[in-house]
Amino acid sequence: MKHLIAITLLVILGLGIYSVIIDMPTFGDPENPGNKISQQKIVNKAVEETGSQNVVSSIITDYRAFDTLLETTVLFAAIAGIFATLLNNNRDSGDVNNEI
Amino acid sequence: MRFRDTIVSIITRFMLPFITLFGMYLIIHVHLSPGGGFSGGTVVGAGFVLLSLSYGISMQSRKFSHRTSTLIESGGALAYIILGVVSFLYGQPFLTNLAIFPAGEPGRLFSAGFIVLINLAIGFKVASTIIALFDSLGGEELH
Repeated sequence: MKHLIAITLLVILGLGIYSVIIDMPTFGDPENPGNKISQQKIVNKAVEETGSQNVVSSIITDYRAFDTLLETTVLFAAIAGIFATLLNNNRDSGDVNNEI
Repeated sequence: MRFRDTIVSIITRFMLPFITLFGMYLIIHVHLSPGGGFSGGTVVGAGFVLLSLSYGISMQSRKFSHRTSTLIESGGALAYIILGVVSFLYGQPFLTNLAIFPAGEPGRLFSAGFIVLINLAIGFKVASTIIALFDSLGGEELH
């Protein structure tokens, strides 16, 4: 029963991801935003579009802010893994076979 | 701690405010000069690592306990997401900057919308990550 619920949830999530992916622009299309926006344009317009004089930080935390959000999530995942393996979690017994 | 070096501990006591101040400067002046949340947070975290190296982790956990660092760690990521979600209230896409947040005058400290706020969140998060990482690798009991 648990497996059935898990598989159903995963299929629903997968359908959501699939519906996003088929809306994405085709790979290598010259009309894609990644191909149309040139670096020169970003460098010239960064100050008026973001108000930041440091172009590097305006790219990192404004133009590519979603990327940076997931970058910080990577740090979170790393520290969660470290805590899970290294800290003593006050288990009564060292036997973990019953919990799986 | 069994062994404590006098020179190292006294110099640490003098240097720790300046190290923290330099890290906060790197974080807050992100839109004016090189630096940012990641590098500034690493400097702040390295200052506290120096404190725990010279005085022991028990001294460091009195200033910045394990529970505080994990709370700040999660709160940094949460603050980032909340700053992005604010734009939904104004009908803008996720993480919109200048349409919502005040732009200010370029070159001044209070300008550039949410770039400084986001870098504050990243900086606190990175600093607490470094501190929590060092604490958990230090091998002492933390609770």
